[in-house]
Amino acid sequence: MAVKVLYFSWIKEKVGAGEELLSPPDSVETVSDFVDWLRTQSPAHDSAFENLKQIRAAVDQVHVPLESRIGLAKEIAFFPPVTGG
Amino acid sequence: MIRVQGTPFDPGAEIKSFLGRNPNSGGIATFIGQVRDFQPVQNSSSSEVTSLELEHYPGMTEKELERIVEDSFTRWPLDDALVIHLYGQLKPGDSIVLVCTAATHRGDAFASCEFIMDWLKTKAPFWKREQTQAGTTWVDARANDTERADRWAKD
Repeated sequence: MAVKVLYFSWIKEKVGAGEELLSPPDSVETVSDFVDWLRTQSPAHDSAFENLKQIRAAVDQVHVPLESRIGLAKEIAFFPPVTGG
Repeated sequence: MIRVQGTPFDPGAEIKSFLGRNPNSGGIATFIGQVRDFQPVQNSSSSEVTSLELEHYPGMTEKELERIVEDSFTRWPLDDALVIHLYGQLKPGDSIVLVCTAATHRGDAFASCEFIMDWLKTKAPFWKREQTQAGTTWVDARANDTERADRWAKD
């Protein structure tokens, strides 16, 4: 099933796109699985997700830990730790 | 009330209007965050920041700020709360964020204002990019911000 994937900050720059519509295989069950699969998509994706300590994720606009399940998510976002305020 | 906007705001006018909406609150706390004109650089004095760009996640930003404000209402007996946060291009001295809280007593106003800022710093999806003479860099998150936010974790 297709899911909207969003990237922010330097992850967006490294991937080279802010948004993609992707259809991961059924074996992708968690956000962490999704990252592993993303890294196989291109050298740019691979480099963007090199350091997992710097990766945060949101599923359908709610912060989630990387080990959480994707379920029927419509939107997954990846970004570095936030720096607002 | 939450406002996420790309145009500057006047903190004085916003606070005045917040006071006008809450004439019976005994304590009002406010916090204003401004753009610094320097970025501490490791192994050197510091370098001058000429402009700051704030990227955010439209949609989630508003939801996350709403969640933080709702949470503050479950923790303290508040009359009202306001959060205004900017995104886009800013320059040193510009106000980035305003938080106002209104309560019957000052303790609840102070604590909720600080809580909202501490959680905003670690949860609201904003990312700062600074322009200095040396070039453009994404600002790194500070461990200190996480420690401050963790103080509010419930058992």
